[in-house]
Amino acid sequence: MSVTDTAADPLTISGRELGSRLLLGTGGFRSLESLAAAIEASGSELVTVALRRIDPEARGSLVDVLDAAGVQLLPNTAGCFTARDAVLTAKLAREAFGTDWVKLEVIGDDRTLLPDAPALLEAAEELVDAGFVVLPYTNDDPILARRLEDVGCAAVMPLGSPIGSGMGLLNTYNLRLIREHAGVPVILDAGVGTASDAALAMELGCDAVLCASAISRAEDPVAMAKAIRLGVEGGRLAARAGRIPRRLFAQASTPEDGVARF
Amino acid sequence: MTILLNGEARDLAPGTTVRALLDALDVPGGARGVAVAVDAEVVPRGEWETTELDEGARVEVLRAIQGG
Repeated sequence: MSVTDTAADPLTISGRELGSRLLLGTGGFRSLESLAAAIEASGSELVTVALRRIDPEARGSLVDVLDAAGVQLLPNTAGCFTARDAVLTAKLAREAFGTDWVKLEVIGDDRTLLPDAPALLEAAEELVDAGFVVLPYTNDDPILARRLEDVGCAAVMPLGSPIGSGMGLLNTYNLRLIREHAGVPVILDAGVGTASDAALAMELGCDAVLCASAISRAEDPVAMAKAIRLGVEGGRLAARAGRIPRRLFAQASTPEDGVARF
Repeated sequence: MTILLNGEARDLAPGTTVRALLDALDVPGGARGVAVAVDAEVVPRGEWETTELDEGARVEVLRAIQGG
């Protein structure tokens, strides 16, 4: 198999093959039309949704738009600050969407939206036991990632930087350690600001990237969806192509033998 | 009787079912993307028709929104 054959390089999560290594978060799009166009441009096959109290004023059906796009839904537990709330929300999402996949978020602080590690681990274990395919949004902590895998999570999703911050990948060393140890897919989640961040995540060895705000809040979401898609594909190819080592000094690319002497 | 629907008091006839409440909220029959919890427990959609709400029940009716 050639490394340039992306079609033969699927992402496999819990036995399910996905042709795209870009997961799309749906938060922040200004309209369902904009969301639908961005899904198409992104090539994503796995797309997040959330649950909130019903709003009689709401117009248009998000689920209909996502079903028409042919994507698999990945419900999240955004807004949950306790393991109890996250577990109940995941169970409600299973009822609402007919999927046992969940992007598990248990948030510890509303300014940083950083995960609450002990509560995250507790909720993950409970949901795995209840038969869920758990994809936890986690800190860039290699030990926590290992613990999440140990309790049966189907992937780990470390942050590059806080949700919606667009600061990119703040700790590439930790992300490499997470990838080095993990036996499940590593999905870079949160912090991507632009295509190069997504490419870097993939070059570090991440298996996929989840991206919402960088696309939905870009001036042109469709163009950014395509840019980040290409970033993910470029980074993946580069990671598999085997980059040259970094050197302190130059190494000539033109042969030094046979240089004319004037 | 009075229940708490999504955090707000609402008067209902005694014996109102979850399904009847959803009808009153104009939530359509199939209702993919909708979920209901009563007193912090999931009510599976197969039980919406038969689950009657009690006085003081804390009911959450949730729907799909963009997020994540």
